[in-house]
Amino acid sequence: MAMKIGNEKFKDNVNKQMEDTFMRGAVAGAQERLRTRRLDAAEELGNWEEWRSHGEEIRQHTLDHLDYYLQELSENLQKRGGHVFFAATAEEANDYVKGIVKEKRAKKILKAKSMVTEEIGLNGVLEQEGCDVIETDLGEYILQLDDHDPPSHIVTPALHKNKEQIKDVFTEKLDYKLTSKPEELALHAREKLRQEFLQADIGITGCNFAIAESGSVGLVTNEGNAGMVSDLPDTQICVMGMERIVPTFEEFEVLVGLLTRSAVGQKLTSYITALTGPRTAEEADGPSEFHLVIVDNGRSGILGTEFQSVLQCIRCAACINVCPVYRHIGGHSYNSIYPGPIGAVLTPLLGGYDDFKELPYASTLCAACTDACPVKIPLHQLLHRHRQVIVEREGRAPISEKMAMKAFGIGASSNPLYAAGSKMASSVMKPFTKDETISKGPGPLKAWTEIRDFPAPNKERFRDWFKQHEKESGKL
Amino acid sequence: MRVTLFATCIVDMFQSDVGIATVELLERLGCDIVFPTGQVCCGQPAYNSGYVEDAKKAMKKMIATFEDAEVIVTPSGSCATMFKDYQHVFQDDPVWRPRAERLAEKTYELTEFIVDVLKIEDVGAKLEGIATYHPSCHMTRLLGVKDAPMKLLSHVKGLEMQPLPNAQNCCGFGGTFSVKMGNISEQMVDEKVDSVTETKASYLIGADGGCLMNIGGRMQRRGKPVKVMHIAEVLNSR
Repeated sequence: MAMKIGNEKFKDNVNKQMEDTFMRGAVAGAQERLRTRRLDAAEELGNWEEWRSHGEEIRQHTLDHLDYYLQELSENLQKRGGHVFFAATAEEANDYVKGIVKEKRAKKILKAKSMVTEEIGLNGVLEQEGCDVIETDLGEYILQLDDHDPPSHIVTPALHKNKEQIKDVFTEKLDYKLTSKPEELALHAREKLRQEFLQADIGITGCNFAIAESGSVGLVTNEGNAGMVSDLPDTQICVMGMERIVPTFEEFEVLVGLLTRSAVGQKLTSYITALTGPRTAEEADGPSEFHLVIVDNGRSGILGTEFQSVLQCIRCAACINVCPVYRHIGGHSYNSIYPGPIGAVLTPLLGGYDDFKELPYASTLCAACTDACPVKIPLHQLLHRHRQVIVEREGRAPISEKMAMKAFGIGASSNPLYAAGSKMASSVMKPFTKDETISKGPGPLKAWTEIRDFPAPNKERFRDWFKQHEKESGKL
Repeated sequence: MRVTLFATCIVDMFQSDVGIATVELLERLGCDIVFPTGQVCCGQPAYNSGYVEDAKKAMKKMIATFEDAEVIVTPSGSCATMFKDYQHVFQDDPVWRPRAERLAEKTYELTEFIVDVLKIEDVGAKLEGIATYHPSCHMTRLLGVKDAPMKLLSHVKGLEMQPLPNAQNCCGFGGTFSVKMGNISEQMVDEKVDSVTETKASYLIGADGGCLMNIGGRMQRRGKPVKVMHIAEVLNSR
């Protein structure tokens, strides 16, 4: 599995997912909880808009000087004895990790949650090498056990599953014999994972933000699993998207505060870990070998374009948690590990329009995403920009739509045409009208009236009334 | 005050009652209304679908039509937002950008105009019953007009306002989204209709014709006895 999680058409996915009433209930409930928590956390902090602007500024500055900070990061980490590898593609990143695995003759690999490793499909590659790859984030662990069910959310990946379903997975795969109580399920997973941690050859984590000034990789978790993954195995590999970097710990603090509040409504998560190279002679624990894999995989192609601001993303999922479309179709509909508004912008950029051109249209442009984004990515504008590129630059729109819009341009800019059209509307629609209502419309109205009634055009247009009104009030 | 009315194409063709209420209300509040007959559609249907070049034709027509206005008022948060966005659409155009900027400066959504420019919160309206208000997305989030409608509605005699659950969620209109992604739109508007029903309101009030056409059309299809009213009609009730 890589970024693309299925081969079905978007429409078919949506139809299937919308049948899943459990998933929809779970998503609606989670949206309400997470949205409220985020708003409360923002209010408690105070001056939220100023913090957002500050976050935006940090991200923009870093992206504008990305080459500089990546070099600084890389040099500082190397000074501390770490290895740095720049991977232009998913394949290069996977090959590099594969090389380490072979060299170490590693069998058991433990992973902390990481979207970029999902994006490049690292687990599958390592499994093909005969490795036992184990996800240690509880949500990811559940999905992995369930025959690699893909994540449906970037922060809470198993959002679409309930405790009964999780119990069934544990019973089948882990020989679990207890109830569906979350505490019992979590304890069982914890016991299983503890054994795994002690036997791991290599630990792989993602990276929330790398810190250039010290050559560190910053990780944010609530389960403490990233700490376990990075402390116990002798070889440590961090995989990061090339844009996930801040200049200093000062900016790290600002962005972590925005991230944890926006993602789960917490001031801070339970664990914040900064990994800085392998253990030194004076240190008792930590890996003896440390690798940082910096993944481009299409990102540098976004830099400097009208879509650059999407790289400001800090993966908090606030946009997903307020999206009224995601609410009804769930994460799997998007066919990408990046769902919701951020996914609808990012996925076509990384994966191309051939597979993902429907995604930018899966939005009413209601701007709830833009409003929620803690680093002020104008998500709804980027969705709109995708549409413009698809239509005007790529020429991929249906011909009937093109003709209709061309006619719109001509009709709406010409008074005689507009006047004639609007005047005729009432009589043209008369055969379809009953009690001032159209319930089965022709042509483009068909799709509308399959769902809702449509009002009959006014017999007297507003402009005709106004003319009369002016006459009566003696103005004309 | 001399007010130039941008009625919107939806009002002109489908909701003339809303246009009439807007004119009567503003006249009662002392405004002198002008309606330039050159006005067409603001271009939003084409623009939002990605047909920016086609939309620009309508936009230029609108800029030219409203060039001489002192103040432009429109009974639609979404169309007012589009007017204000013209300057971004023409940002690389040295001729049209300044003209679009001038248009943006003098454009107001109806309730914003009454509260912020005319400085009136009680328009002397009267309507008996329970109502709920759907805050449309573009008006609240992009135009930033949140409080004005509530201030005005709170002074309508006899009207009891009930909060709408999940009011912040889009109704599923989204212009061409409503037909392009009809099945998703249906789920969204159904949830909105359920929320309205939950309030036990007799009136659903909104400030955008598109959203009201969507929610109203679905309520009618589902046989819900809720009357849909544009806020101009409520404020013009006596």
